[in-house]
Amino acid sequence: MSQSFSAAPRIAALFAKIGPALLSVGTLVLAWELYARISGISPTTLPAPSRILAQAIQQRQALFDNTVPTTSATLVGFACSLAVAFLLSVLIDFFKPLRRALFPVFIISQTLPLVAIAPLVILWFGFGLTPKIMLVALVTFFPMLVALVQGYESTDRDISALLSSMGASRMRIFLLARLPSSLPYFFAGLRISITYAVVGAIFAEYAGAAKGLGIYMLNAKNNFRPDLVLAAVLISALLTLALFAATVLIQRAAMPWERLDAARKS
Amino acid sequence: MSRRLELRQVSKRFGDIDVLAGITLHVEPGEFVSILGPSGAGKSTIFKLLTGGLEGYGGGVDFDGRPLADARRPFAFMPQHDALMPWRTVIDNTALGLEVQGMSRKAARDKVAPLFGEFGLAGFEQRYPAQLSGGMRQRAALLRTVVQDRAMLLLDEPFGALDALTRTGMQRWLAMMWDRHRWTVLLITHDVREAVFLSDRIYVLSSRPARVLREIAIPLPRPRTDLVSPEASAIEADILDTLLDPQPAQRT
Repeated sequence: MSQSFSAAPRIAALFAKIGPALLSVGTLVLAWELYARISGISPTTLPAPSRILAQAIQQRQALFDNTVPTTSATLVGFACSLAVAFLLSVLIDFFKPLRRALFPVFIISQTLPLVAIAPLVILWFGFGLTPKIMLVALVTFFPMLVALVQGYESTDRDISALLSSMGASRMRIFLLARLPSSLPYFFAGLRISITYAVVGAIFAEYAGAAKGLGIYMLNAKNNFRPDLVLAAVLISALLTLALFAATVLIQRAAMPWERLDAARKS
Repeated sequence: MSRRLELRQVSKRFGDIDVLAGITLHVEPGEFVSILGPSGAGKSTIFKLLTGGLEGYGGGVDFDGRPLADARRPFAFMPQHDALMPWRTVIDNTALGLEVQGMSRKAARDKVAPLFGEFGLAGFEQRYPAQLSGGMRQRAALLRTVVQDRAMLLLDEPFGALDALTRTGMQRWLAMMWDRHRWTVLLITHDVREAVFLSDRIYVLSSRPARVLREIAIPLPRPRTDLVSPEASAIEADILDTLLDPQPAQRT
C-alpha cells in the first residue's frame, strides 16, 4: 500500500468509494423526475423530486421542528436499549443458563408486529417520549444483545488459556479479552440496529404523537400532500445515513488496529 | 537440590479415551527439556494440567519438591499460536502478564521496555501485532512469557506456525537467548531437529495414549550454533527411528 499525502489522489480515492453510490442514486432520481414530468401524472399522486425538494425547503422550519423529537426519541431509545443489552449480555456471559431462559422471550418479542404493538404502547404510556423510547428499544435491543453475546464467544481460546495460566480471574478475562473481542460484532450490530431505531421511532410517532416525523407524515398524507410525506421521508433517510456514518466514525476511533488488519489482508 | 518439576505416572482420560497413560518425567533447574511426539499425542494436555486448565488426573506432580497445588503459579506459558491481542500495542501485549499480576500498566511498561532491544523489537513498542512479521510476533510472545519472572517456562510448539526459514532463524535465536539466560524450559514440539538443537534432554512420546518411549540426553556442547552437525544428525536419525517405528521387536 502506498501512502500519499497530496490532496488530489485522496479526493480521487474518495470519489472511487462514493462515486458508484452517487451514480445509482442520481440515475434513480433523474428517471423519477423525467417520468413525473413526461407522463403528466398529478403531483398529488406522484410529485417530482424537484417539487419535493422545493417544498422541503419551503417547509424547512416545520420539518426541523418535527425532526428534533424523532432524533431524540431515536437516540434516547437506542441508548437505553444499548445499556440494557450490554448489562444482560454480561450477565448471560457469566451465567450461561440465563441465555436459554431469556432468549426465547426475546425472540418472541421480535415477532410482535409493530403495527399491533405500537398503538398499545401509546395507549399505555401516553403521547410523550416514553412509548417512543420503548418501541425503539424493542426493535434494537435483541440484535444488539445477540451481537454482544456472540462477540464474547468469538474470543480466541489461546488468549483465554493464556490469561488463565497467568492467574487472571474470570472478571479479568472478561475485561481483558472477551470485551475487546466483541467489538467487531458490537459495531456490526450497531450499524444494523441504528437503521431499525429510526424506523422504530417514526413508527411510534405514526401511532400517536404530538410532534415528530412520523406524525408529520401522517398529517401530510391526510392532507393529500405526498410531496410533504416524501420530504419527511427524505429527512428520515438523511438522519439514518448520518447516524450510520457516525457509527462508522466511532468504530474507526475505537478500533484503530482494525484498519491495519484490513490493510494487511488486502 | 530438588528437581524443579517432576511428573510421576501422570494419567488423564477424557470420557473413555486415554490421553496420557502414565507419564513420568522431570526437569532440573536451569535445564532445557523437550517433549517430542506426534501430533495429537496429548502433549498440550500435559501443559493444560500444569497451568491448571484441567481438573482431575491420576499420578502426582511435584514442583521444587512439593505438590504442584502448593506452588503459586510457577509457570509462564507460551501458547501454540502467539495469542497476541490484536487490540493491544506490542508493549502492552508484552506487559500483559505483569498487569495480570497486579502491576499498574505504567510500571509494567517500564519493566518490559528495556528488553525490547534484546528481543529484536526496538522501535515497535507502539505498533499493533498486525504490523509485525511472524518471527517478531513470536519474539513478542516470548518476551511476554519471560518477563513474568516465573520459575519455569512452558513453550507449546512456539515456532510451529512459522515458515521454514523464519523457524530456523528463531530456533538459533532461542538457543542464543537460552545460553545467555539459562531459563528452566519445558518445550513441546514435533520437530525432531528443533528438539535436538535446543534441548539438554528429550522425552519421546508415543501416539495416543501417550507414554514415554524414550528419554534421550543430548550431549552436544554449548553454545550451539549449527543446526545440522553430524552428531546432531545421528541423534535425529535415532529419534526418528523410535517415532516412526515404535515397536523395538519389529525393528530389523
